[in-house]
Amino acid sequence: MSVVTTPQRIDRTGRVGENAPRPDGIPKVTGDFAFSGDFRHAGMLWGGTLRSPHPSARVLSVDVSRALAMTGVHAALTWEDVPGSLHYGLEHPDQPVLADGVVRYQGEPVAVVAADHPDTVRRALDAIVVDYRELQPLIDPELAEEAPPIHPDGNLIRRIQLRHGPQEAVGDVAVEGTYEVGMQDQAPLGTESGLAVPDDRGGVDLYVSTQDLHADRDQVAACLGLEPEAVRLTLAGVGGAFGAREDISLHVHLCLLALRTGRPVKMSYSRTESFHGHVHRHPARMWYRHHARADGTLVRVEARLLFDGGAYASTSSAVLANATCFAVGPYRVDSAQIEGVAVRTNNPPCGAMRGFGCVQVCFAHEAQMDRLADALGMDPVELRLANALEPGDRIITGQRITGTAPVAEVIRSCADHPSAAARSDNPMSRPGGAGRTADVEHVVRGEALAVGFKNLMFSEGFDDYSTAACRLADGVATITSACAEVGQGFVTLAHQIAHEVLGVDEVVLAPVSTATIASAGSTSASRQTWMSGGAVQAACEAVRARLLDRVAAAHGVPVDDLVLVDGRVAALSGAFEMDLAEATAQPVEAEEVYRHAPTVALDDDGQGDAHVSFAFSAHRAIVDVDVDLGLVKVVELTTSQDVGRVLNPLQVIGQLEGGAAQGIGLAVLEELQVAEGRILNPSFTDYLLPTALDMPPVEIAALIEQPEPGAPFGAKGVGEPPTISSTAAVAAAVRRATGLDLPRVPIRPADIAFRGGTGQRPTGEDPS
Amino acid sequence: MTVDPYVLHINGADHPVVDGRIDESLLWVLRERLELPGSKNACEEGECGSCTVRLDDEIVCSCLVLAASAAGRRITTIEGLAAEGELADVQQAFIDAGAVQCGFCTPGLLVAIDRLLDDHPDPEELTVQEAISGNLCRCTGYGRILAAVQLAAAARRGSETQAVVR
Repeated sequence: MSVVTTPQRIDRTGRVGENAPRPDGIPKVTGDFAFSGDFRHAGMLWGGTLRSPHPSARVLSVDVSRALAMTGVHAALTWEDVPGSLHYGLEHPDQPVLADGVVRYQGEPVAVVAADHPDTVRRALDAIVVDYRELQPLIDPELAEEAPPIHPDGNLIRRIQLRHGPQEAVGDVAVEGTYEVGMQDQAPLGTESGLAVPDDRGGVDLYVSTQDLHADRDQVAACLGLEPEAVRLTLAGVGGAFGAREDISLHVHLCLLALRTGRPVKMSYSRTESFHGHVHRHPARMWYRHHARADGTLVRVEARLLFDGGAYASTSSAVLANATCFAVGPYRVDSAQIEGVAVRTNNPPCGAMRGFGCVQVCFAHEAQMDRLADALGMDPVELRLANALEPGDRIITGQRITGTAPVAEVIRSCADHPSAAARSDNPMSRPGGAGRTADVEHVVRGEALAVGFKNLMFSEGFDDYSTAACRLADGVATITSACAEVGQGFVTLAHQIAHEVLGVDEVVLAPVSTATIASAGSTSASRQTWMSGGAVQAACEAVRARLLDRVAAAHGVPVDDLVLVDGRVAALSGAFEMDLAEATAQPVEAEEVYRHAPTVALDDDGQGDAHVSFAFSAHRAIVDVDVDLGLVKVVELTTSQDVGRVLNPLQVIGQLEGGAAQGIGLAVLEELQVAEGRILNPSFTDYLLPTALDMPPVEIAALIEQPEPGAPFGAKGVGEPPTISSTAAVAAAVRRATGLDLPRVPIRPADIAFRGGTGQRPTGEDPS
Repeated sequence: MTVDPYVLHINGADHPVVDGRIDESLLWVLRERLELPGSKNACEEGECGSCTVRLDDEIVCSCLVLAASAAGRRITTIEGLAAEGELADVQQAFIDAGAVQCGFCTPGLLVAIDRLLDDHPDPEELTVQEAISGNLCRCTGYGRILAAVQLAAAARRGSETQAVVR
């Protein structure tokens, strides 16, 4: 094996716009990077969770006495041991820390145990006796509103009645369809894990993987009945997130066990437990009717969206707002009526996943656009171009787009990009892989394009901010931010921004903890490049200004005469020049809070300037389909995306490829199958993630760089759009290949096989 | 139930395992007894490849190997892929190609790809895809990983050519 000698720290960071290397790259390739499950502590115990086997039951009693009597067991706790708030929740505190009399979904935590070894934990959990009285679970979201409430807060989580423009508008043509999206899981490779260490003052330190340390900290402290300062959260290495870590999971349990036993406690979910232990993407049923003039101009869109939130609210109301606001896609339409409903059921709780409500409606509105194109006899790309939003247009919330909106550009560049997809003779490249395709002669190819969009940052008047501090000492910049690095590469951007503003090569990122700085907000909603990037930029600029003021005063030169570049402070007049290390022998510090432009709540008609900024993407998919067996091979995916400005090309590509993989997963592979409220496939054996063989090459036709006004460096977040339009494009391509309606994703083999797919284009008639 | 002490030969050094339980997997013993947590656990049923290690010349999911049965084998983990303070060609390539995001799948992939390149110094894309199809990655969509394999292969071929010239 050949070996390349490389220093153990990054001594070359890049400027904004360059392929700067990840500062955590070396520890991640050597195995030294400490993920949340890798922590150990002297005297450490192991924790475990007893979960309900029933989706709906009364809990008549929980007897932990046999578990407590076992050698090696140090604690066995129930809801009665929760000292503070019994409930938590990101938006509404409606979810019990431990079931208090009722369980509302299969897998709901009932008791927790700490013991000397995971085997002891397992035996102790088995020894806990729970007396359940099973109830008939509420599993059909259509029935939720009429059904008896399964929670004191009722079964309706949120209803939005969006009305935009004149309500009586009609066109020459109407197309109608009903669509369904199954339950997708984020499936980050790192399962939920963490270590809680009690201090000697009644407080606790929690090392955990999360997307938002401060939101977690506040919920944990409330449940523990402690002041927030007594609960310190430190970010442990995060093995992916994608929304799965927006809600807390084992956080309170770990702290309860550590405080009760006075010992450090570690917990790490198995994959099966992880599937039960975090929220999923909402399954959705969506009815749509599109009205258009004969020339293709959209006149009106009506829709009813039903999102199954499962047992607890989580982020359902924000997900629903997104689905409703973006229900028609990135198109101009002057009349819309959208009813969005999110309900509570005894199905697994649903909440945040990459794309956040926009993935489901994109699948539906793009299917509708294709159906409309067929009904009008128009080219589907031309129909989209004819209706594409432009800057200055209003979306269906009445909000005018004041920033960039290169919708036509993403569509055109994606559609015009030459395809590299050839027909391969290699059996491995066929649908199903080698030896699976029934009859090679029956394989049909289809191609289609889809477009999507989404809001960046938090919406509806949320006070969304990020805090960052910069300390420049001896020529080294130290950046402190509580932004959760979950793999997306914010750590790289923080280096690049500090380098760009301060001209320093050496940048250190301080440990990420609630103990050292205020909130950076959540690593979600494609917001951290903008928000925490903006905070880091502001902190570095403040340090730069203070330093130049100081030097100017010390040397009696005007501050305008000074520049900070390449590790030196220099006077443009040539009067003097000094090394930055010397200039910062006495440190310079600044802490800044960054806020985006304010937004407002939606009014009773779902109208208002509720969003900050929008990002757009297009995908073109080419698929091969074995119509006999219903197997799909995605041959090629081409994409264009509105990115504002590229800050790190390699990281942008990584987001586009990775997001597309999750979109392909939802299109043809991934579904948590739930029957009678129970998950049937909570394992990687049965929940199918795309492998390297399932992924086609992702061709990037264009990264549209139109700097977004108000955005730091003009950059838009890039993480979510790739997951939004990719699913719709793949599904549409399978439709084109087979001639089938395919109103549901993921598309299963049985949806294609035996359904009489002809390989003809769909005719576009209304479904009956 | 504890088993008699046994010795695992890992990354060129002998590691005695004392008070081990008979049903412990190699992954568990590496991570929790021997303080080698570089190998990851994401499914514990051989589906994800995050725990991939090399047993002699064979690539295995260490979650599916009973630790005691690996006594007498040469075990290579991510911690042993390169000498201290150095990076193996595949490690450097992962950094250079942008193949690392969250990094959880990275150790298993690196061990698998390092082995792949022994047999396939100039692998075709489909060969690579098949070879790593047992290693799940949720972040990257595999594009930059495939690019990294080609970078690493070129680097390894280059270094071997140089060795011959010398």
